[in-house]
Amino acid sequence: MIDTVVHVVLLLVFSPLLLGVINKTKAWFAGRKGAPFLQLYFDLFKLMRKGLVQSTSTTWIFRAGPAVTLAVTVLAGLLVPFGQSPAPLSFTGDMILFAYLFALGRFFTTSAALDTGSAFEGMGTAREITFAVLSEPALFFAFLVLAKLSGTLSLTTMLHATSGNFLTAAPSIVLMSLGLFIVLLTESCRIPVDDPTTHLELTMIHEAMVLDHSGPLLGLIEYAASVKLLVVGSILMNVAAPFSTGISWVDWIVFIVGMLGLSVVIGTLESTMARLQMKRVPSLLVAALLLCGSSFLLLLR
Amino acid sequence: MPSLWLVLSAMVFFAISGAPAFLFPKRSAWGQRTAFLLMVTGSVLGSVGVLWDVVGPSGNSVLTVPWTLPWGRFAVALDPLTDFFLALIFLVPTLGAGYGLGYWKQVDHPDNGNRLGLSFGLLTGAMALVAVSRDGILFLLAWEIMALAAFFAITTDDDVPEVRQAGWVYLVATHLGTLCLLAMFILWSKTTGSFSLQTGPAVLDVSSAIFVLALVGFGFKAGLMPLHFWLPGAHANAPSHVSAVLSGVMLKMGIYGILRMTAVLPAGAEWWGIAVLSAGAITGVLGILFALGQQDLKRLLAYSSIENIGISLMGIGLALLGRYHGRVDWILLGLGGALFHIWNHGLFKPLLFFGAGALIHTTKTRVIDQMGGLGKSMPRTLVLFGLGAVAISGLPPLNGFAGEWYLYLGFFHTLQSKVQGSGVALAVAASGLALIGALAVACFVKLTGAIFLGERRKSSEPGHDPAKAMLVPMMGLAGLCLVLGLGSPLVAPALQALALWWAGNPVAPQPLTSLAPSTWISWMGGAMLLLAGGLVLLIRILPRSKEARKVPTWDCGYARPTARMQYSASSLTDSLVQLFGFVLRPRVEQKTIPGRFPRRWSFRFQVPDLVLDRCLMPLSRLIGRHLPAIRIFQQGQTHVYVLSILLVTILFFSFAGFWGRP
Repeated sequence: MIDTVVHVVLLLVFSPLLLGVINKTKAWFAGRKGAPFLQLYFDLFKLMRKGLVQSTSTTWIFRAGPAVTLAVTVLAGLLVPFGQSPAPLSFTGDMILFAYLFALGRFFTTSAALDTGSAFEGMGTAREITFAVLSEPALFFAFLVLAKLSGTLSLTTMLHATSGNFLTAAPSIVLMSLGLFIVLLTESCRIPVDDPTTHLELTMIHEAMVLDHSGPLLGLIEYAASVKLLVVGSILMNVAAPFSTGISWVDWIVFIVGMLGLSVVIGTLESTMARLQMKRVPSLLVAALLLCGSSFLLLLR
Repeated sequence: MPSLWLVLSAMVFFAISGAPAFLFPKRSAWGQRTAFLLMVTGSVLGSVGVLWDVVGPSGNSVLTVPWTLPWGRFAVALDPLTDFFLALIFLVPTLGAGYGLGYWKQVDHPDNGNRLGLSFGLLTGAMALVAVSRDGILFLLAWEIMALAAFFAITTDDDVPEVRQAGWVYLVATHLGTLCLLAMFILWSKTTGSFSLQTGPAVLDVSSAIFVLALVGFGFKAGLMPLHFWLPGAHANAPSHVSAVLSGVMLKMGIYGILRMTAVLPAGAEWWGIAVLSAGAITGVLGILFALGQQDLKRLLAYSSIENIGISLMGIGLALLGRYHGRVDWILLGLGGALFHIWNHGLFKPLLFFGAGALIHTTKTRVIDQMGGLGKSMPRTLVLFGLGAVAISGLPPLNGFAGEWYLYLGFFHTLQSKVQGSGVALAVAASGLALIGALAVACFVKLTGAIFLGERRKSSEPGHDPAKAMLVPMMGLAGLCLVLGLGSPLVAPALQALALWWAGNPVAPQPLTSLAPSTWISWMGGAMLLLAGGLVLLIRILPRSKEARKVPTWDCGYARPTARMQYSASSLTDSLVQLFGFVLRPRVEQKTIPGRFPRRWSFRFQVPDLVLDRCLMPLSRLIGRHLPAIRIFQQGQTHVYVLSILLVTILFFSFAGFWGRP
């Protein structure tokens, strides 16, 4: 029960901090002081109190987009175990629902973007739906590996089984972790796939789709993006660092530290490499597909 | 027994429903109304019959009447498989007839309206006869009536050359399929001793040959790649409510045939399942890829039907493998998922075709790129079409997801098998299904986005929501999509019973509800709706966002954006089409821009069908070029023709006499 409460609180409250850590890391690399760690919290409060500007081209889809996106992200967050404690909701086949909840979110985000009739937002949509075609099969290959390793069909048990198999199936797990890391960067719109800091370039994906959203709608989107980073990141954390101490509160601290560490890694990566050319991104995603696929092949022996 | 009589009378009501219309004046609306009432009567009678057969006392619903025609008997029966497909046959066409009252008004189409009504009713009746018949000859007869009725329904607009061409291609394709079925039934009766389809032998030497013939013959009807080539043209050119019935119900008769034959055939070889599974996966991926490249609203929907047939076949392949290996969980999840998907597709595809009809009715075009921004003037159509699009993309909380979820679980279950060889590698199909799913999302985001969202592209009328006669059937179908999505546990027992019946009633170690706890899907779907709804409300009650300031779209500071600057349907999917260009082979025609100040410039982009436009049509043109050589036989003299017929007949008889007998 306590674990569930901690899980929900972390899911709802902790996630914006991760983006703060990423931005602080980037600032440190750039030799700047950077925004405070809690900047996103301030931004969210500010956005919620602001008024709305809505394009005359839009319909109700425009408002439904951010709402559905946040709803599915939070629900998906309830299916993933954070660290070593089980997820609040867990049932056979929940990993499929997990993937499809994000697909539903994508349907509505992209539709809301198209609702404005802006060419920029169309461009972002085109990229988002293209890249998902490559990252989704990769994710399912990873699920297959996890299901094969654990012999179960539920995210909690699938993700917790890697700790027992870490030595025997190490090559497979390493390959899959690399593939999942690429999927994580794609899903959370980070460099080298997408650049969350540009706003007016022709090179962006997610930010291009939300150009016309403002006020509370933008707040929901920003918040959902941070929750998504936490949720997808926690899958990677479970796979790549499956350590359990057996003591509940220590495990939670390990998880929090791990997630902050992951944010530092992402921040470092964003500071040290450039965004890929848009036409190179499919190659990167195909690499993720190959990594997850070969990880599955290794298990077939 | 009464249930069978009810179903048979329903069939008669359907078959004759279009006939009385010819008694009324040409422009009278009463003919069409009578037809609709007769269809409703048929639906009610038939549904009661099916319900009676499912829940009532289990009598044997079999009727066999000897027949004066050679070979056949009039043998009909009800069983779980028949009931399952009858449910779809009794629902969708009647809704389609209701829709037709607003869509294809007799007063607007006095020349072909009655003909359409007649063939529509015959098509429905023939499909019901296909589902109940238990004799090879009767089956073929019903199959042929169905095919011909569909031909006349497709070619309703036969003054348009394109429609005639699509009709002919369909007619050729369906008869190629029937030819395979004829061979199959002859082989069946030669080896089993009768045309009866009630039970099959435990061992059959030629079972693999029969299986292949069934797969090809029924594959033509179902739209299995590469036998799908007739489908996009026929579905695009038929009136929309006919397309809805063709896509939602008639394609499923191909699946029905495959299931019926595999149910009576012995368990067969392992490669049967692998063949069906791979054919399904290829059909699914290619179907949705070609859908992505289409510019024509209805051709896109037709290709997406091919994709959905592929998904169903993947499940059937898994079930066949399960039957071979004795894995009841594969049968339950594979066949259960496939059957559920068949129903689901039978609901959301007609919904989308009805929506397409409403769009075509008001915009007078089928080209997606000429629509746009219609959501504001057609708000109800947007909601209903959007529901259909979410459902067909397999997204929760609607029925498309509930069905595909079983299939995913089925493929994940193959991981745990101890079976060598095909066992574990089958699980890769789960990734294939994920690919299909992501492509479907891309395709239907493009479709709804380009049609309903953004700004209007053409300066024509703004469009309007259709009449009540067209809206009500759509509402019914959308409601059913939602009900089956949130209430999927309700259908699980029926799916399980049918899947087990198909496999010869093996003992199930685990029921479907424990293999796949679908109550969770219902709860999560409900939670999703509540949460999203709550967030929308939250934004409404926030102090400063009650009233949004309405301004034009902020196009990065560009002051005078025009509707033509927004992303079009083809530009949305361009990168995907390029990515899969090796199989889609898009045809791009663009003229170079002349001079420094270009005036006119044209650009054409098209994804032609791989089989029809790239192989069969060039081939038939090639043949056509060389055939004039045999025109020497064509002299216009009847007695020469009669003589040659006689010669050929003698030739055949002597062939049979010398080599045909042992």
